[in-house]
Amino acid sequence: MSTVPTGTAAGTVRAPTVLAGRGLSKRFGDLQVLTEVDFSVGAGEAVGIVGPNGAGKTTLLNVLSGSQRPSAGRIEFNDQDITGLRPELRCRRGIGRAFQVPKPFTGMTVLENVLVGASYGAGLGRQAAYRRCVEVLETCGLAGLANRRADSLGLLHRKRLELARSLATAPQVLLLDEIGGGLTDAEADELVATIKLVSEQGTSIVWIEHIVHVLIQVVDRLVCMDAGRVIADGPPGTVLSDAVVVDAYLGRAGS
Amino acid sequence: MSITAPTPPAAGHAWTISRSDRTTRAASAGLVVLGLLLFAVPFGFRTNVVQQLTSLFILLILAVMWNALAGYGGMVSVGQQAFIGFGAYTTIFLTQHGVTTYLAVALAPVASGVLAVALAPLVLRLRGGQFAVGTWVVAEALALLVALDKGLGGGTGASLRGLSGIEPDLRRAFTYWLTLAFMLSLLVAVVVLLRHRTGIALQAIRDDEDAAASLGVRTAPLKFGLYVLAGIGCGAAGALTLANSLFIQPQSIFGVQWTAYMLFMVLVGGLGTFEGPVIGAVLYFALQNQFAEQGAWYLIGLGAIAVAFALFLPRGLWSLASDRLNLRLLPVGYNLLHRTGRSAGSSAQAPDGGTSSRGESTS
Repeated sequence: MSTVPTGTAAGTVRAPTVLAGRGLSKRFGDLQVLTEVDFSVGAGEAVGIVGPNGAGKTTLLNVLSGSQRPSAGRIEFNDQDITGLRPELRCRRGIGRAFQVPKPFTGMTVLENVLVGASYGAGLGRQAAYRRCVEVLETCGLAGLANRRADSLGLLHRKRLELARSLATAPQVLLLDEIGGGLTDAEADELVATIKLVSEQGTSIVWIEHIVHVLIQVVDRLVCMDAGRVIADGPPGTVLSDAVVVDAYLGRAGS
Repeated sequence: MSITAPTPPAAGHAWTISRSDRTTRAASAGLVVLGLLLFAVPFGFRTNVVQQLTSLFILLILAVMWNALAGYGGMVSVGQQAFIGFGAYTTIFLTQHGVTTYLAVALAPVASGVLAVALAPLVLRLRGGQFAVGTWVVAEALALLVALDKGLGGGTGASLRGLSGIEPDLRRAFTYWLTLAFMLSLLVAVVVLLRHRTGIALQAIRDDEDAAASLGVRTAPLKFGLYVLAGIGCGAAGALTLANSLFIQPQSIFGVQWTAYMLFMVLVGGLGTFEGPVIGAVLYFALQNQFAEQGAWYLIGLGAIAVAFALFLPRGLWSLASDRLNLRLLPVGYNLLHRTGRSAGSSAQAPDGGTSSRGESTS
């Protein structure tokens, strides 16, 4: 869609913001999960989110995708306020979502799973939806398994299906939640290659991942969260050497 | 408004998606012919055969409707007897107010559809177990209301009037034709639904409502539509049950045993398949005819069969045919075919299937 400077270091011109959360807070009863989080992703930009367990990463993704409402704050997509928009309508506008624990439609085939995204999320007509499915299945290495029921897939293929389904919705922004979790290095590398391809073709990416060395192969910018707040935001190299980040996350994780 | 598809490096036109093959074409044509031939049954068979087949078709309507609700929409209703009873009593009510009997039978399903529209805002906000119990409560409430209404015969029941002028054989034939027409229309309606993209959206809602929404499916209107369709179908079954037996009582026509029958037929046949409930209905009908005189042992046997299926064949009889033989009678699925004509990932030649069936847990 638009060419984007890779590595939006301070000083370079940022691409226009596609999706932004402003002052996002979320509380469950007494538990404050997000506290005035400001977050944005530009057109074609790939942003990684890291942070210890319970930092609020998944909640942030839920609030951005619409599966949870923020207690306070605003969400903007292409400069329009979408804070009150239901998840299915956000998806149709171009916000794709892959869940941390894959949620395949187990009673349907792989092809039918992907077709739901192409027909509804992307709003394509029958033939166009078919073409999109074939493309996405090939991109994600699932064409050979297309007619298998989704409940017969192992973890790697479930993860690929989760990615394929959200890609089929033709997202402008793709929200990924630990898509590499639980995979071997070789398996994770395959997924990274696919996501990198998607990113290079102009789709904005917001990606939560614990495996930092995987993440930095793709992302232009890294956001570190801790206890519901953003504690660092910048080029991966800068963020990873930040003393606060090391203390909050990397030090404890020991990687 | 969204960006173009990520084009894979080697995107060819090696794959096509097909919905029908030789089997589905032959089977569909065969089923259409069979459906039409069934209209001729009253000319060639004795009256009790006609009446028996009418009962079978009513069961089939119920199985198909419950499967549409639970197997495609994920709405496990324990209260469809609300619509069965409402359809039957609407027929009584209409005939009491001067409507011709068969016209009343044909109108009752419409009234049941209206009831479903009215109930939907109430029950569709419930999910899972709440929905099951909620629908049951609604059915019991309707039964009580009818039992309190003297005009509808109260608790002792009511007879269908206005048919005494018709010769019994002809009456049974009329009822048979009407039942057959309703059954075929509802079957066609379900096929049309499954042929349309609505079919995969409904199944997606059944499997995971949140994931369906995250892929752009608006769940509420689809569930509403399915609930109303099932209301119409079960209303038809109720009105036709009355036309077939001529007498009803609120306790039996609104009884929860209907749900037990539907559950049995659909689970034994195969939940969430088109063919399953049809097989289940035929099997249940045969069991009922053979063993109903055994009383309690018959019910115990039914229960044992249901438990055995739940434990050992949870996807029903049809899964044996569909899994092992990859058989499908109607063109309601999707098949990705390689240009060479081979099907992608059908059990034998899955290229890398099973190589990664490691632990299912994620971090």
